[in-house]
Amino acid sequence: MSQPDFSHDGIRTARGTAFRYLFMLCALLSILTTVAIILTLLLDAVDFFAQVSLVDFLTGTRWSPTNEPIAFGVLPLISGTLVITIGSAMVALPIGLLTAIYLSEYASDRQRAYLKPALEVLAGVPTVVYGYFALVYVTPAIDAILPVDLSTFNALSASIMVGIMIIPMVSSISEDAMSAVPDSLRQASYGLGATKFTVSTSVVVPAALSGIFSSFILALSRAIGETMIVAIAAGQTPRMIDLTDPAGMFLDSIQPMTSAMVQIGTGDIVGQGPAYKSLFAVGLTLFVITFVMNLISELVASRYREVYR
Amino acid sequence: MSRDSTASLPAGLGRRDFLAAASVGLSGGLAGCAGVFATEGNNVNIAGSSTVFPVTEAIASSFSERNPTVNLSLSKTGTGGGFGNFFCAGRTDINNASRAIADAEIEQCGNNGITPIEFQVATDALTVVANPNADWIDCLTVEQLREIWRADGATHWSDINGEWPDEPFELYGAATTSGTFDYFNEAIIGEEENHRSDYHATERDRTIVQGVQGSEYAMGYFGFSYYSENPDSIKAISVDDGDGCVEPSIETAMNGEYTPLSRPLFIYVAKESLEKEAVRDFVRFYMKRAATDLVSEVGYVPITEEKRDENIEKLETAIAEVTA
Amino acid sequence: MAADTGETPADGFGRVSRTKDVAFRLLALAATLIGIVSLAALLLNVAVDAVGWLDWQFLTNPPHPDPYEAGFLPALVGSIAIMLMIALVTFPLGVGAAVYLEEYADDGYLTRFIQLNIANLAGVPSVVYGLLGLGLFVGLFNIGYGTVLAAAFTIALLILPIVIISAQEAIRAVPDSQRQASYGMGATKWQTIRNVVLPRAMPGIMTGTILALGRAIGETAPLIMIAAPTTVFGLPNSFFSKVSAMPLQIYNWASYPQTEFQYGVVAAGVVTLLVVLLTINSIAIVIRNRYQQRT
Repeated sequence: MSQPDFSHDGIRTARGTAFRYLFMLCALLSILTTVAIILTLLLDAVDFFAQVSLVDFLTGTRWSPTNEPIAFGVLPLISGTLVITIGSAMVALPIGLLTAIYLSEYASDRQRAYLKPALEVLAGVPTVVYGYFALVYVTPAIDAILPVDLSTFNALSASIMVGIMIIPMVSSISEDAMSAVPDSLRQASYGLGATKFTVSTSVVVPAALSGIFSSFILALSRAIGETMIVAIAAGQTPRMIDLTDPAGMFLDSIQPMTSAMVQIGTGDIVGQGPAYKSLFAVGLTLFVITFVMNLISELVASRYREVYR
Repeated sequence: MSRDSTASLPAGLGRRDFLAAASVGLSGGLAGCAGVFATEGNNVNIAGSSTVFPVTEAIASSFSERNPTVNLSLSKTGTGGGFGNFFCAGRTDINNASRAIADAEIEQCGNNGITPIEFQVATDALTVVANPNADWIDCLTVEQLREIWRADGATHWSDINGEWPDEPFELYGAATTSGTFDYFNEAIIGEEENHRSDYHATERDRTIVQGVQGSEYAMGYFGFSYYSENPDSIKAISVDDGDGCVEPSIETAMNGEYTPLSRPLFIYVAKESLEKEAVRDFVRFYMKRAATDLVSEVGYVPITEEKRDENIEKLETAIAEVTA
Repeated sequence: MAADTGETPADGFGRVSRTKDVAFRLLALAATLIGIVSLAALLLNVAVDAVGWLDWQFLTNPPHPDPYEAGFLPALVGSIAIMLMIALVTFPLGVGAAVYLEEYADDGYLTRFIQLNIANLAGVPSVVYGLLGLGLFVGLFNIGYGTVLAAAFTIALLILPIVIISAQEAIRAVPDSQRQASYGMGATKWQTIRNVVLPRAMPGIMTGTILALGRAIGETAPLIMIAAPTTVFGLPNSFFSKVSAMPLQIYNWASYPQTEFQYGVVAAGVVTLLVVLLTINSIAIVIRNRYQQRT
């Protein structure tokens, strides 16, 4: 820093203040981004809801934006998203939790040093690559191995890929929470003669529960917003699902919200009609769902951080 | 820079002034940059039909190898989306079209000062396909096809012919947004009926190939080019338009026997865009290539040499008018 | 797990529990490895499929409907052009925001709100950012559909929260004693930040930013939403050139019907994308390691 600055307090302060506000502007940009997202979605969604009633949108069970008879019921898309969420949860939640337990309770420092970056790679692979894998490797493999009638585009392989992708989200946040559990709790159990299994499942997991819960929600929110895997591998059939019929849910083609957005975004839709605006209505629905989930996750997480601080 | 507001891509200021106010921070110097660096020169932008896409892609690829400095973009938007949102809105120079331009589209173009010039570049045949194991069908009449594909029509194979399996159809067709759907709907279903909506609708022809491969009771339709790529894995159905069964092939489409499922393919060039050297060069190149094997390699029927000469003459006249 | 807590210490944790303990350990290890092993198997598959397709011609040709002539050059160059633009936009903005939040802001309501907001933005689906880009950059600012700038700005907003969060961590890791020493010598806050905090935090900030760029280069959905063209021939020659990117070209090729595309050209594209991604991440790791050695 040059000498004259030290002797001119006025300039110094002015410059300091200028930078302060410049940096503040950068930070406020994040709020502007949120505002811009909400406004972009809302403005077009409002246009959409001027033509299609909100009730029809939220309760309709047919989604057919361009095919006569036109219908804009979002439920089939939400049910498609639900299938992917359930499927990926069945993959990622148990695997992620067990991984977190292994890393936090069993693994040596050396093992951790290799395993953690390797797990992070799972989240770093571009989703278009996962989608391609699901379509050209996973689906044919499942079709060959399992005696089921699997459609080319199906929820099963897409869910598995989404599940694998979100494992590190579950494992790293859960592991953080488990590591935050004070060692005194573990020592007390060992003192009573407990095995590592008992300590892990009966002491550490319950104590880290809110962190684990937070990781689950965050991971599922990611699954809900995942676009390319489902757009490539899950199909374009908007349909209502029957929760009591797992085969029907997973073996056939579905259409989650994100995939419908890609279809509208790339489709042959002319002008500013409701078909085009529905892109923003679905986008808004997706945004609200993931936003609320992220918020819950954040609030739960901040709670567990406080407990052992 | 404000463009036509009927276009589906959100266009221009005014409508969202308050969004602008909210995002002053974001805008920063961006709007300024936009003015300073805007160059129109060495770009050719193309949108439109996914059916014509492979023809234009092949020609553009070969053009690009000779003219690597030209930035040439090609989007699959469907014929109507290409006209409405891109071409007639002044966003693209060329539109691929699997049907002739509609009157409303000519009007929209006119309102924006765009004069479309039509060039036929190939002939397409739509192909109806079934699983190779479906040994009961080789040929269908237009009426039978309509019964299978119309709304509230047949649901089982046995509904069409009592001797066929009592199994439901598994139908794969073009998405309603595609030119292929429009064409099939117009040629087979007709005005009185609606195309059914309970089928696997997709823009991606491979979905249809894969779907039909996967089930003995499946049926689908798409452009002949996709069939010519996968002739072993699926079976093409001959179509009887009253004069007996005609198999889809390059020959039957070119000589007009394969009705009603063969059609001309076009590109539309904005006359105004011919002022740009890059567009002129590209369209000239295109016209010369359209009568060659390059078109049959992607599965369509090339235009005749007379048609090509006619196209070139039309193009040179237009170029002479805008550059004069 | 409830059953075990019910046991009293007097019963002891006998052989059954020991067996269970070993079984559980193995189960947890298997769970840890299953994702990694599956991904490795898939990567092996794609690498094998790419053999014979990923050659010089593929890397230097424009796309073509014939799989044997198809090339990746415009997508490769497009991705790199977008990425450089993103770096130029996010680095100053991300560092600025992080400096404000770590060095200037008090722990008040506004700061916490900004912090929560940033965490939330990091979780907004990328397809929604695509709609933002469509409305803001393509619509409002009229930068043009699918241009280098529109693509870069859209994805820049998407990775900005990640850049901010990692820059904050890097700044937080600078020991407070160093700041105090600087103040002790009479330096102002800005002088301390410029001469002490940022130089010390820079390797961490660079690492975080580069890793975020790795995320950016794989993004596809935002590009689809801002109507990036299906295919581009020739290289971008201005900020307003239409741009393609590697993941987008992969997505579009994946819909070509020929098996040569599915199990050849696309595999070559995937391997190219992953190699570029790996290179980016290696640079980040090299920077991090060098920094760790110095301190």
